Amino acid sequence: MAHLIDLTLSELVKKIKSKEISSKEITSAYIDRSIKSKKLNTYVEETFEEAIKNSEKFDNNPSFEKKLSGIPLAVKDLFCTKNVKTTASSKILENFVPTYESTVTQNLWNEGAILLGKLNCDEFAMGSSNETSHFGNVISPIDDNLVPGGSSGGSASALAAKLTPATIGTDTGGSIRQPASFTGTVGLKPTYGSCSRYGIVAFASSLDQAGPMTRDVKDCALMLEVMSSFDTKDSTSINFKRPNYFSDLNKNIKGKKIGIPKEYRVDGMPSEIENLWEKGKNYLKDCGAEIIDISLPHTKYALPTYYIVAPAEASSNLARYDGVKYGFRADGENLIDMYEKTRSQGFGDEVKRRIMIGTYVLSSGYYDAYYLKAQKVRKLIKNDFDNVFNNVDAILTPSTPSSAFKIGDKTNDPVSMYLNDIFTVPVNLAGLPGISIPAGLDKNNYPLGLQVIGKPFDEQGILDIAFSMEEKINFKLKTNDWWIK
Amino acid sequence: MSKDQYIIEKNGNKYEVIIGLEVHAQVLSESKLFSTSATKFGSEPNTQVSLVDAAFPGMLPVINEFCVRQAVKTGIGLNAKINKKSIFDRKNYFYADLPQGYQISQYKDPIVGEGSVVLDLPSGPKTIGIERLHLEQDAGKSIHDLDPGSTLVDLNRSGVALMEIVSKPDLRSPEEVNLYIKKLRSIMRYLGTCDGNMQEGSLRADVNVSIKKVGTDKLGTRCEIKNVNSIKFMQMAIEYEANRQAELLEAGNTIEQETRLFDTKKNQTRSMRSKEDAHDYRYFPDPDLLPLELDDQFIENIKKDIPELPDQKKNRFIEKFKLTPYEATILVSDLNTSKFFEKVIKKSDVKLSANWITGELFALLNENNLEISESPISPENLSKLINLISDGTISGKIAKTIFEIMSKEDKDPNIIVEEKGLKQESDPKALEDLIQNVLSSNEDKVKEYKSGKDKLFGFFVGQVMKESKGKGNPQMINKILKEKLNG
Repeated sequence: MAHLIDLTLSELVKKIKSKEISSKEITSAYIDRSIKSKKLNTYVEETFEEAIKNSEKFDNNPSFEKKLSGIPLAVKDLFCTKNVKTTASSKILENFVPTYESTVTQNLWNEGAILLGKLNCDEFAMGSSNETSHFGNVISPIDDNLVPGGSSGGSASALAAKLTPATIGTDTGGSIRQPASFTGTVGLKPTYGSCSRYGIVAFASSLDQAGPMTRDVKDCALMLEVMSSFDTKDSTSINFKRPNYFSDLNKNIKGKKIGIPKEYRVDGMPSEIENLWEKGKNYLKDCGAEIIDISLPHTKYALPTYYIVAPAEASSNLARYDGVKYGFRADGENLIDMYEKTRSQGFGDEVKRRIMIGTYVLSSGYYDAYYLKAQKVRKLIKNDFDNVFNNVDAILTPSTPSSAFKIGDKTNDPVSMYLNDIFTVPVNLAGLPGISIPAGLDKNNYPLGLQVIGKPFDEQGILDIAFSMEEKINFKLKTNDWWIK
Repeated sequence: MSKDQYIIEKNGNKYEVIIGLEVHAQVLSESKLFSTSATKFGSEPNTQVSLVDAAFPGMLPVINEFCVRQAVKTGIGLNAKINKKSIFDRKNYFYADLPQGYQISQYKDPIVGEGSVVLDLPSGPKTIGIERLHLEQDAGKSIHDLDPGSTLVDLNRSGVALMEIVSKPDLRSPEEVNLYIKKLRSIMRYLGTCDGNMQEGSLRADVNVSIKKVGTDKLGTRCEIKNVNSIKFMQMAIEYEANRQAELLEAGNTIEQETRLFDTKKNQTRSMRSKEDAHDYRYFPDPDLLPLELDDQFIENIKKDIPELPDQKKNRFIEKFKLTPYEATILVSDLNTSKFFEKVIKKSDVKLSANWITGELFALLNENNLEISESPISPENLSKLINLISDGTISGKIAKTIFEIMSKEDKDPNIIVEEKGLKQESDPKALEDLIQNVLSSNEDKVKEYKSGKDKLFGFFVGQVMKESKGKGNPQMINKILKEKLNG
């Protein structure tokens, strides 16, 4: 059985199609391992029985022409799944069961995938360590007491621990790429408008994007191909010609120009990351790409801008959780009292912090100084990227300024927690695609990632670059299953 | 200062009243502004609610193009600037019948800019400026009196499209407000963009009132009276509010800017919240929606679709049919009335038709509280009745009798004339016989007449009419009588 869970997604698909293995064999293998891995606290809802039934159903009447035929997948609990509890890891949605399916997950099922369960994440995707979840923190398979990153921490941990062959996350400021980087996996945030937001519990609408998290770049291309679609139910979905990311994937990046932004060389960044970045450049040169120094002058404003825009939108997006229609309700003397009790008991500290920041920056008298100014700076950040993309095809940066940290290390220091997103946030503000791939280990043998940022809608371009680098880097994720008794 | 100006007088001080309206007009549309739910009035509670309307997690608004079209159409009808780019904003506040916790509205960049509406005042036309028109979602309905222990919420109305039409502070009296609302409603009904049904809440208004001393330019502090749903209440609220403000000033107090409510039981306005307690709505552009961009072709296509509007129709009626401005104004004020009129005059005399519709027919409708669309007399039959008058078959007096019969049974008046033998007697020989009889049996009166008592002429006409059972042709009777008496 150990053999099965070591296969990549694309290998599994091939083996199912060639009838070497059945959907039920794969599904059972992942379920067995998931049950043994409860210590990691990755699942918040398990649909194992239903998954077995669905795999049997598939095996009895297989359809091999689909892209994910008979593949079991666990997904982040921010995607609404029909008749399956969807909580956003919040008490306020503790018992919420949607009657509808998000477009992105529907795309997976349409291509033959089978739901294994829902994965833990930071509450409403607000966090960088998966410690804000109402259902407790997630542990990284990399090391005991290590955070998997966040907010898609359950997804990253489950993927790295081989509890699912691939998974999906959402990325508002780095929530796919940072945990991928922390766990030695691949994570891609698509261009804003590529994957539909319909049915995804909203955090910050102008930044949220769903994306794949996988063991290698090939799998990433396959998942993206299935997830990405134009959707009239999302007004910000964009109708562009989507390539066949998987079959078009290639390693020919000869002559590609790769920008190295000097502003990403931040104070206090460990030398290991500096060295890794240097190695990355050399790999790219080896592949025939050209390295060009570039400047993104407004980078230093990205984090403060993000922490105005995202909470502002969140404060409004989360107003609907008021105890009136669905979800948790605390009894109150009157309507206002009920609101106050429901929301104080239903939301965790980080969510409340962001609602308060967001409410503040939108208040009359402060709007111009904060929200409006942040929108202007956001435009400048976008312009920085537009300018450099006249000269380069993609940008190479580290994914994070440090490797994974210990559980509890940063929970009392929100600002130091926010600094984790320093390299990923500008990409969301500009709406660009970005991919993080594992590139090496730090002195503690914790994984480190490199990020490739692309032009709008050029997911294929960054996948190809990542694919080429992956071969050179030849990273092998090693965990010794320490969490399994 | 004209005679009909509305002035509040307190202790000999005269105050002018300054009024601006924010009218909320429900867009006539099968489905809601951002969802596909139906909008039918009076449906069972919570039967027209989609996941979007109830703000379920992950649900997203998608603009209904038809509602956009309706707003643009209305903007054109208000002679207003259509903004090719407009933005939807979120207006944030908590209430049980507001599922999203915000209303999607338009704040800084509305779909329609400045325009105007012309009122027909007795003293002449007056132009009222329109500040803007924007699209927004309606909220649901909280029902407090159905269950003693709790408030119930009906979300059928949640997400229904409204047009908020903001006037400039150009209105000066309750009567102008009456005419303004009626004109606005008339324009929207012509356009088919709002049914204007105030009982069903399709048209309601926030009324801004301030006063200023006659002869000064300094504007007073305004108070906003929220959500008034009938013209009568608007007028009463303005009257009460203007007097309240004048009394405050006369007593040496200042007027606080505040939001007030009109209590329809006490006919008074009362404070709802002061400026200090005003909501901070934290408006910001809705990130779920892209800016609304309209191209020239879209606007041009809608322009082609604009029907003849009340003012144009009125001018046509005056020029083409030689109606008086008064008659024309009445006939065009309601689209169905104008349609009725135009059907009648297809085959009938214009002037007589106008008189009969604005006179007898309106009286009949008023008496029975009917809309013209519910008229018991069809335009075809009214036309036939008028033609019977025109060709001398019946007199005006007989016509009224027939009209009375038709009001109970919408029958062809020709048949009524036949059945009841009401045809006018216009045969000179027969009339001459009748007249001779009357003169013979009243010889003393004939003598008196001939000796100079001219007034008796009316008596003879009356007697002849009576003899003819009202059917004698009055013009001919006059003519023959004169010949006989003076000859």
